[in-house]
Amino acid sequence: MIALPPPKPDILARRTEIVAALLALLPADAVIHETLRMRPYETDGLTAYRQMPLAVVLPSTTEQVAAVVRYCHANGIRMVPRGAGTSLSGGALPLEDAVVIGLMRMNRILEIDFEDRLAVVEAGVTNLGITKAVEHEGFFYAPDPSSQLACMIGGNVNMNSGGAHCLKYGVTANNLLGLKLVTPEGDIVEVGGAHLDHAGYDWLGLLTGSEGMLGIVTEVTVRILRGPEGARAMLAAFKGTEIAGAAVDAIIGSGIIPVALEFMDRPCIHACEAFAHAGYPLDAEAMLIIEVEGSVAEQDALLDRIKEICARFDPISLKVATSAEESMAIWKGRKGAFGAVGRISPDYLCMDGTIPTGELPFVLKRIGEMSTAYGLQVANVFHAGDGNLHPLIMFDANDPDSFHKAETFGAEILRLCVEVGGCLTGEHGVGVEKRDLMPVQFQPHELTQQRAIKTAFDPAWLLNPHKVFPLTEPV
Amino acid sequence: MTDLIAPADEAGVVEAIRAAVAMREPLAIEGHGSKRALLRPVQAARTLTTRGLSGITLYKPTELVLSARAGTPLPEIEAALAEHGQMLAPEPPDTRSLFGAPDPATIGGIVATNLSGPRRITVGAIRDHLLGIRFVNGVGEMVRSGGRVLKNVTGLDLCKLLAGSHGTLGVLTEVTLKVLPAARASATLAIAVPGVAAGVRALSAGLASPYGVTGAALAPAASGATAWLRLEDFPDSVAYRAGRLRADLAARGDVTLLEGAESEALWRGLRDAAPLAAAPEDAIWRISVRPSAAPGVVAALADALGGRVLLDWGGGLVWLAGPATAAAHVAVMQAAAASRGSFTLFRAPAPLRAAVPVLPEEPAALAAIGARVKAALDPHQIFNPGRMRAAA
Repeated sequence: MIALPPPKPDILARRTEIVAALLALLPADAVIHETLRMRPYETDGLTAYRQMPLAVVLPSTTEQVAAVVRYCHANGIRMVPRGAGTSLSGGALPLEDAVVIGLMRMNRILEIDFEDRLAVVEAGVTNLGITKAVEHEGFFYAPDPSSQLACMIGGNVNMNSGGAHCLKYGVTANNLLGLKLVTPEGDIVEVGGAHLDHAGYDWLGLLTGSEGMLGIVTEVTVRILRGPEGARAMLAAFKGTEIAGAAVDAIIGSGIIPVALEFMDRPCIHACEAFAHAGYPLDAEAMLIIEVEGSVAEQDALLDRIKEICARFDPISLKVATSAEESMAIWKGRKGAFGAVGRISPDYLCMDGTIPTGELPFVLKRIGEMSTAYGLQVANVFHAGDGNLHPLIMFDANDPDSFHKAETFGAEILRLCVEVGGCLTGEHGVGVEKRDLMPVQFQPHELTQQRAIKTAFDPAWLLNPHKVFPLTEPV
Repeated sequence: MTDLIAPADEAGVVEAIRAAVAMREPLAIEGHGSKRALLRPVQAARTLTTRGLSGITLYKPTELVLSARAGTPLPEIEAALAEHGQMLAPEPPDTRSLFGAPDPATIGGIVATNLSGPRRITVGAIRDHLLGIRFVNGVGEMVRSGGRVLKNVTGLDLCKLLAGSHGTLGVLTEVTLKVLPAARASATLAIAVPGVAAGVRALSAGLASPYGVTGAALAPAASGATAWLRLEDFPDSVAYRAGRLRADLAARGDVTLLEGAESEALWRGLRDAAPLAAAPEDAIWRISVRPSAAPGVVAALADALGGRVLLDWGGGLVWLAGPATAAAHVAVMQAAAASRGSFTLFRAPAPLRAAVPVLPEEPAALAAIGARVKAALDPHQIFNPGRMRAAA
């Protein structure tokens, strides 16, 4: 289990006074302090960890956020920002002596400009909400994390969220123009804007993926893109993971960048097929879902090229969708992968390392060996184009030993990712989950350098002080 | 000419910086010095160059990743990529002719200035393709950030902080970039539009089409203006999309199709701002605004200064050449501020660059954070003093 920093006794002792002060700053319905009503805020997508906060505030404006932050800063009170609470790494996990600042009431779309291809939205607008607001003109917001129905753009910015289509369209950082944020000392500042590449230090880039440690994002200016004429998927199944990996290399090497290139291993294929009845080949060791975009004729031409390439790798089956419905059927199993695994095992840990794509066969072999050694099942989904691996480790949460083994197994996988030249997290963030593994990837002085930048933004270490960096005294 | 320190490897860079720290002696940081005249003149008696750190250290075409030591000349990297039909997608400009520099840019300098060309509008800037860095900070420690994989959110993203920091936060020793397949074919639609405003609207229409436009630029012509939209992909796709786009844009002006070498030469010129044809005594600015604000900026500046303009990034980037005077610079700053945009005084005689803010000022709260970030990386103010802003 990962330790949280000890609460400050003086803050806990002043709880009544602090709640009263927050009530003076915000409307009464924006301050939550009763145990029962705070319960939904004690955890996020990493449900193995729970911690009741000191209080929860739900501001409706940037000015209200700033007022709360100024008060907390002046009084040495820790703060934990929160969007929809979908983080898989514990990014929204509270502290006992912290005020949770929830952005979900800041859910207005402030501006949509199709000519300049941008939208200005508050932090609590959902990822899919942006696309919904612009799709009538054929536009969309590109990053598409699996949680896009629920997750909020403010959280996406803080975790630099990815998705299945980022091979072509990039992650959150590549799709932003500007932010409005409240600094840890309570100042309201804007970085970037409605234009590209603001001259000066790239605050926009540094803040993206900073996991709520450098400021509280309240407004986001995103780029919106015109969608393609159409998209279609194909499925290719192979006799071995190495063979599938070689097929991926050959596709990329041919100069084609598919809009999505997803890999599933045998356990994952079986779990998804049992759940979704998508027609996945059960005799395959590995399966690829490959999606291309363009007009129908362009899709045909690209899919033909890809089919030719796959045919060189002795595939078990190649199935090209001939309609949007067939594409959806191919995607159905993959999109339901987490639910499908949930059906086999009530609890699972979703890992998120990235590896050089050429290392996939070796890494899958090692994960298989670990699975046997730990006696825990694992299913692997992999964004094959960009090397982002999601092993789903199944365990039983009612058995503390099983959870401990799953955590240890997960940590061993992430160490392996770093060993082969990859990293601890591709898109879920470090949060609390991978915090104590940071020394696996970074030297002590490198972590000290990153901490010093946190200190530059937040000298008192009040904002999310328990995330990303192993607990030590602030520099 | 300042004293030149040219280490042969990363350890030499560490040693040089530790020596400078020990003597509290600032250093100008450069590669081949091709952009030495960019931004403000550096106040340092000695120059540390990374030109001795040269060579590609890793290139995996099927993994879309390339690493090179910071001093590797850009043409060497472009040639290696071309052998495998790949490219640096943001197509950084070759600024040699603008600055009258003899040597080509280094990859470290390209990253440190985050300079991107026309394809930036679609694929992102250099910083969006930067996967990992090794740099030496201002106390002489070698620090890594990012890595060699395409997706990585582990820890704070110092890659983006260092990209575009013009050597003021650390000395890059090695960079790792995402590379992409180069398109097999390209074509350009040249549209004769009545003026800049109509031209920007035509570019917006092209970029709002589903045809994957990868370049959108505009220049005033003898009468009206010419808008260019580029398509790049497999030949059959380019032919199909050019036909569709041409039909969609027909009402906006006469459309001419440029193909193959002609199209490629046009975009090389646009990338390097060649059509600006700036006289050597002219100052050059790059102004970044939302595209719909560009016609106003052009009207305010080109007319008032008698300057010449070239628009890229769908109108979002205005290149301006005009008189190298403080008054002209004030006009640029005002125009950028009025449109809530950004500006860079890209080229000017040293006295002007030393006298004016060459980048937008930051609000006090952000400037205070910026000063603390600088101190976190370069506490003794060793790197490129005065480069981005005058000392406080």
